[in-house]
Parts: sequence; C-alpha cells; structure tokens
Amino acid sequence: MNLFQNAQRGALASIPMIIGGIPFGLLFGSLAAANDLSIWFAIAMSSIVFAGSAQFVALGLIAADAPLWVIILTTFVVNLRHILYAADLLRFVKHLPLKLRLLMGFGLIDETYAAVRPMFDMGSADKSNGHQVYIGSFLSFYLMWNITTIMGALAGEYIPGLSEWGLEFAMVATFIGIVTPYLKSAPYWGAFVVAIVCSVLFRDMPNQMGLIVATLLAVATGYFLDTMTTNKNAKETAHV
Amino acid sequence: MSNVELLLIIVGMFMVTYGIRVTLFVGANRAEMPEWLDKALKFVPVSVLTAIIAPMALTNDQGLAVSLLNPWFVGALAALITGLVFKRQLLTICIGVVVFFLMKMVTGN
Repeated sequence: MNLFQNAQRGALASIPMIIGGIPFGLLFGSLAAANDLSIWFAIAMSSIVFAGSAQFVALGLIAADAPLWVIILTTFVVNLRHILYAADLLRFVKHLPLKLRLLMGFGLIDETYAAVRPMFDMGSADKSNGHQVYIGSFLSFYLMWNITTIMGALAGEYIPGLSEWGLEFAMVATFIGIVTPYLKSAPYWGAFVVAIVCSVLFRDMPNQMGLIVATLLAVATGYFLDTMTTNKNAKETAHV
Repeated sequence: MSNVELLLIIVGMFMVTYGIRVTLFVGANRAEMPEWLDKALKFVPVSVLTAIIAPMALTNDQGLAVSLLNPWFVGALAALITGLVFKRQLLTICIGVVVFFLMKMVTGN
C-alpha cells in the first residue's frame, strides 16, 4: 500500500472523532468571537497551538484576565497526558527520521492517539506504514479543527444550541469501540474499572488533573494485576 | 488584552503544548525504555480513553447520572455491550450513536 492509501486509512479511522469534534471547533470559534477576540487569534490558536481542551481553558482564563504565566502553566497541566501518549508510541516511532518525528509530535492529540494506537495492536498499522496512517489521521482532524474554528468565529451565533445536540457522543461511542477489544483479561478489566471509578470520583479536580490521576491509577492497576498473574504462572510452571 | 499579550499567549501555549508532545519523540532513537515501564504503558490506551469518557457517560451537572433516562449512559451502555459481544468497532459506534439519539428524542433531554 502506498502513502496515500495508508493516510486514507488513518483518516477513515478518525471519521467518528472528526464528526464528534465539529461542535467543539465551532464552539471554540464562536466563544472566541463572543469574548471579543479577533478571528485571527482564534485561527492562530487552532492552527499553531492545536490543543482542543487547552484552547477552551485559555479562553476562560483570558476572559478572567488571568496573567500570562497562569495561562501557560494551566496549558502545561491540561496537556500533560500527552506525555503518556508519546511514551506509549515511542516503540513505533524510534526508527523514523527526526523530521517525521517532529511532525508527528505536533499532531499528537487524543483523537489521533485513540484512532491509530489500537491499529498497531490489531495489525492494521506497523513500523513501515504506521507514520503514514498517523499523519493521515491528524491532518484530517487538523483540517476539520481549523475550518470549524473559522466557521464558528464567523457564524457561531447563528447555530443556536449546537452544543446541546450531543454530537460529542460520537467520541464516547468511538472510544468504547476502541476499548472493548482490549477487555479480554483481568489486568485490562482492572484498568478499565479503576479508570471509570476514579475519573468519576475525581472529575471536579481542576485542569483535568482528575483525568491524569485516574489514568495513572488505572495504568498502575493493570500493571500490578499483570505482574501478579505472570508471577503466578511462572511459579506454576516451575512446579510442573 | 493588548495584541502583544495575545501573541505571547499563542507563543507560550504553543511552546508548552508542542514541548510536551515532541520531547520524547526527539530523543526516541536513543531512548531505551525500562522493561517495567514498557509493560505498564500497554495499559495507557484503555485507561486514558476510559477516563476521558466515563464522566461524560455517567455524570451530569448535578452529579452521578446512572439512570435509564440519561441518553449518555444508555447509549454508552449499548455501545459497551455491543462491543463486548460482537467485537466490531463500526457496529459498536453505530449502535451507540443510534441508541443515544433515540433516547434523546424519547426523553427530550
């Protein structure tokens, strides 16, 4: 398969999340306009920073007249989870030339990680074509994000109640579709249950810290259940 | 806010966002992952994706909303069951979304 076909597969795998992201892009553009920020600021945010949730948080902080360092520190905390994505993807990118890795880093968003990472596990992406699938995914999302930002900034107020339509549910359903194939053994179920309980318990922590804490606890649970079962198996094998 | 301040916000936010995303990738060819970390990282997809959507599906502005009248919960439950039984991603997404919008229409939420 060639570059274009692989990129196309990445884009196709991202379609549900692109649809789910449309209301957020429109909402971001219209909120920026509602806060009297110029359309150029909205465009610069979406095209240069390219970080969905951090962009919304920044709008709130700008409206609250927060100082620059608070906005930047908050952005840092909100985006911390991307370190986990980068660490998890390292094994699939380490052989690639630096230029490609620099480009891929720019596109390391929730949606692309969610769409492409399982493809490595399911065998539909590998070290030879994974980066092409990845770039197809993030470029298609990038295009949507910037177009909807501009549309929102120009016409957001003419789409009444858009945020109540529930288009974001597409993302919920997609993530469930991605997660369920993993749920085959106790360690993955453990991580799944802990992620649910902790993310709900900690959901009121500021700046998505709850998400980060819940993720770390879930990863730790999966890891410990995994080592416990492998140790047990090793002991049983030793006794035979 | 002045234009300079707005420019600094863009530059600063870009630097921390891109920095977080790219730092590990830049050193990727030299990095050697300790074995335990490699083992732990395979639980990241399940953990983070679940942690992102669980509050959306199980809570609303008032708090816990585990109710058959909550379209988010019912849609997510339908998707979860479909995914576990049929293990087909597209089917999971379609059933989840259809159930969600049907529930929204029925309950008027």
